[in-house]
Amino acid sequence: MKSFTYERARTPQEAAAAAERQGAKFIAGGTNLLDLMKLEIETPVHLVDVNGLALDRIEATEEGGLRIGALVRNTDLAADQRVRRDYGLLSRALLAGASGQLRNKATTAGNLLQRTRCPYFYDTNQPCNKREPGSGCSAIGGFSRGHAIVGASDACIATHPSDMAVAMRTLDAVVETVRADGEARQIPIADFYRAPGDTPHLENVLSPGELITAVVLPRPVGGVQVYRKVRDRSSYAFALISVGAIVQKDGSGHVALGGVAHKPWRIEEAETALPRGARAVTEQLLADARPSRENAFKRPLVERTLAAVLTQARA
Amino acid sequence: MRFDTPSGTNPIDQLKVVGHALDRIDGPLKTTGTAPYAYERHDVAPNQAYGHVVGAAIARGRIASMDLAAAKAAPGVLAVVTAENAGKLGKGERNAARLLAGPDVEHYHQAVALVVADTFERARAAGNLIKVNYVKEAGAFDLEAARPGATVPKDGPFGPSVSSVGDFDGAFAAATVQHDATYTTPDEAHAMMEPFATIAAWEGDNLTVWTSNQMVNWGLLDLAKTLDMPKEKIRMVSSFVGGGFGGKLFLRSDALLAALGARAAGRPVKVALTRPLMFNNSTHRPATIQRIRIGASADGRITAIGHESWSGNVRGGGPENAIQQTRLLYAGANRLTATRLAVLDLPEGNAMRAPGEAPGLMALEIAIDEMAEKLGMDPVEFRILNDTQVDPEHPRRPFSQRQLIECLRLGAERFGWAKRNPKPAQVRDGQWLIGHGVAAGFRNNLTVKSGARVRLDGRGVVTVESDMTDIGTGSYTIMAQTAAEMMGVSIDKVVVHLGDSRFPVSAGSGGQFGANSATSGVYAACVKLREAVAQKVGFNSNDAVFSDGTVQQGNRRVSLAEAAGSGGLSAEDSIEFGDLSNRFQQSTFAGHFVEAAVDADTGEVRVRRMLAVCAAGRILNPKSARSQVIGAMTMGVGAALMEELVVDKRSGFFVNHDLAGYEVPVHADIHDQEVIFLDETDPMSSPMKAKGIAELGLCGVGAAVANAVYNATGVRVRDYPITLDKLIDGLPV
Ligand SMILES: Cc1cc2nc3c(=O)[nH]c(=O)nc-3n(C[C@H](O)[C@H](O)[C@H](O)COP(=O)(O)OP(=O)(O)OC[C@H]3O[C@@H](n4cnc5c(N)ncnc54)[C@H](O)[C@@H]3O)c2cc1C
Ligand code: SF4
Repeated sequence: MKSFTYERARTPQEAAAAAERQGAKFIAGGTNLLDLMKLEIETPVHLVDVNGLALDRIEATEEGGLRIGALVRNTDLAADQRVRRDYGLLSRALLAGASGQLRNKATTAGNLLQRTRCPYFYDTNQPCNKREPGSGCSAIGGFSRGHAIVGASDACIATHPSDMAVAMRTLDAVVETVRADGEARQIPIADFYRAPGDTPHLENVLSPGELITAVVLPRPVGGVQVYRKVRDRSSYAFALISVGAIVQKDGSGHVALGGVAHKPWRIEEAETALPRGARAVTEQLLADARPSRENAFKRPLVERTLAAVLTQARA
Repeated sequence: MRFDTPSGTNPIDQLKVVGHALDRIDGPLKTTGTAPYAYERHDVAPNQAYGHVVGAAIARGRIASMDLAAAKAAPGVLAVVTAENAGKLGKGERNAARLLAGPDVEHYHQAVALVVADTFERARAAGNLIKVNYVKEAGAFDLEAARPGATVPKDGPFGPSVSSVGDFDGAFAAATVQHDATYTTPDEAHAMMEPFATIAAWEGDNLTVWTSNQMVNWGLLDLAKTLDMPKEKIRMVSSFVGGGFGGKLFLRSDALLAALGARAAGRPVKVALTRPLMFNNSTHRPATIQRIRIGASADGRITAIGHESWSGNVRGGGPENAIQQTRLLYAGANRLTATRLAVLDLPEGNAMRAPGEAPGLMALEIAIDEMAEKLGMDPVEFRILNDTQVDPEHPRRPFSQRQLIECLRLGAERFGWAKRNPKPAQVRDGQWLIGHGVAAGFRNNLTVKSGARVRLDGRGVVTVESDMTDIGTGSYTIMAQTAAEMMGVSIDKVVVHLGDSRFPVSAGSGGQFGANSATSGVYAACVKLREAVAQKVGFNSNDAVFSDGTVQQGNRRVSLAEAAGSGGLSAEDSIEFGDLSNRFQQSTFAGHFVEAAVDADTGEVRVRRMLAVCAAGRILNPKSARSQVIGAMTMGVGAALMEELVVDKRSGFFVNHDLAGYEVPVHADIHDQEVIFLDETDPMSSPMKAKGIAELGLCGVGAAVANAVYNATGVRVRDYPITLDKLIDGLPV
């Protein structure tokens, strides 16, 4: 780990201002950032600790939704009565992730911003455009079983590993931020993550120093809410694929996928096919899929898992 | 003591202490976090500095130059060790690849440097400042591609590379029912919890290493050889080992580099491998390709059995001996086994728990299941029909004990095998497809010379000393039980000190020979101590009875404390094994039964129920033995369902080199496990009449899982691990 300076910010704005300088980073739970720093994949020169910002509350919004503070721990968010009652998908997605100990530390904002689990990204001897822009992508033509099948680019085929983000995308969450100049923004989660394109190291639309203050959930939409994570072992493993779904009595609903793309994968138009079943939805969701030989199984797996989820939701 | 005639009745047969399910005597140390593991020995040497290992970034080639200037100038750095400045180094007898690369690089993450600094973080940061210029060379990384060029290796310690009896080709061709299939097992990592770790300290030209090693004497000899110094000047201590599974049988880079780092820095140095280095810097279980051919007559008798195996290794490395069990497990007049070895430039392959046996049985025991199905026979009955009580290659050589049939029969009964539907893909429980599988477990019993010293003091306390290691297995406890039984004291009157090269050389922990051999060494030393006690009090040692802390002859009874007196008494001896294991095949057997559930939608496999019935000689402590077996069964689930070191065939390294990428089972993967030990004593094996158990527990498990998955789904997967992508196309739509 390279040496760095450290400060504890007292207000969101102060934090954003402090983090604007070159090489500065926020640290929340540290469960992702510290691992990356140990391997020198992230090499911040200055850490702005946001844990003291009092952004750890879950409050009702005037619109009838919930405002989840950026520092609410994954454990607390999953256990919140309102979340469990009205946004069961979110609770289930959170509990499908990591382990109890990690969820106790992991925060809402940190979870959204966790970085990929591509094994080449973690090995600094290997070319990786996400870690070192322009160096190449080792996963293409290499070990790509866990990688993206859709929305990827010739520069990067990594997936976004978060379970929570899949739920947030399905639930149409909005990310609230404050910038270094004090300006606040609201970013719909649909616009929050970038496609890898030629710049896979840029993963979202935040500007330098921009601090996530909260994630806002709209009014509850009801329906049966299912999160199904498919993995090689029963727990403590990242998703091969996952399906987040909200299914209404009339057969309409929302669907997003994890483990298939650089971001939670949702195409709203595909949802119109929901009454026709999993195959029709999958065909649209994965119309542009370009799997490798190693991860071609993800396509049928998505379809089968979605079919199971729909059956479960309609039972 | 020489052991070359079958054991008669001896004090161990009293079973007052031996054979009881006693708690581990080192349990409180472990549960309170006070068991001193190597890296945590802050007490043993003052002023410890930290060493960080830098691994090679290429798989094969040469170091053209290294720029150490920035690392040397970095804050806190005390020394940088490389092959250039380390002095002349030899190579350990048991190492194929060298532990410090330069100028040649033999595999990925082979150590190229050790940076020593005053803190761990500074050592690591400085390590990243080292710039290495490599000249890459092409290497061979793909076993399948290297297979045609593979050659027959020279015969190893465990038998010939090629063996044949009768006319295999003719008999196979003529067989009414034939099976011919190829199976693959991947490279696997030991993935033990405790990484390689060593503290090294020099005093003049004397070196002490506190390390994590299963075989203290091997480690000592190879360290001496590598450093080209007399072994008498080295002390190696390995009191507690946080898992090894064969990975710690050998001297590894942590110990060598800690010693070199401490010499260069002029102060004690501690080195632990970081987790990402654990997979390519160390050894692993090599992948195999196995072709199995079985021919049988219509009544189910095997007439021809052939097993060929291909594996790869670095130059000087050995093959994965996957065919070994096939030479002995089933009857059949015409037999063929063959091993071939290809040169690969991946990290060194070497022993991992049940080396050869585990992957060999993963293949063979699927093939047997397939054969039974072709014959329309129950797989339990097919195995029983083809049982043999003699070495099938040398029919005049019997097994000392062979209760495979009993294991299978009792297992079938307890498991409810009769209720299994032999037709695949028939049983459903909601979303789950349910299947049941069986496999034979089979692992030979090895015996290795083993010594111990025992002391009786004026308080009547018996102290056992041996360089034997306890790698989480329970060695401390069973050696204490042995001494307690022999000396007629309760176990709380026994103290055991292990893992120090100052103590008598033992068998060490490996090849499931540790428990039986090391306790036999304690037995031998205790026989001498009993003689010394008897002599001291004027008894005839043959008539003296040791019990309740006393020694008695006729009406005279003397307490051991009194007998020992203030000076105490001590004795040392080793057990050496004669040719009983040549005259009799000594082996251990199991029946493994598994119930698997496969998600009909996703193909996720979850093991629901496992049963192992084991016949492995006298069980010295049913509690620690059971722990060994359930741990091994868990490892078998890992091998069957998820463990695979993925080779990047372009760059030549294991890509998933951390515990996020290399998945092993977690608690949620393991539901119901049951272990039954058959009543067995084997007087041919040792005075303890015990045998190994720790590897038997793994042998066959993978195939039992595979067979259960087949029974559940009707999809036969012959390439491990059985992940959902290999099942999904065959699942019901
Ligand atoms: C072994 C292991 C297993 C895991 N398994 C799973 C899994 O199965 N599923 C899953 O979804 N996740 C999993 N995770 C990931 C885990 O969910 C994340 O590490 C965690 O959510 C990150 O949150 P944090 O608060 O610790 O973030 P940190 O590590 O503190 O920060 C992560 C990133 O977010 C930035 N950041 C933090 N707070 C803010 C803010 N308020 N505004 C702007 N930027 C901010 C940081 O600068 C940093 O770049 C696993 C992690 C580990 C270590
Ligand atoms: S997929 Fe992306 S993260 Fe992985 S090696 Fe390629 S560029 Fe790097």
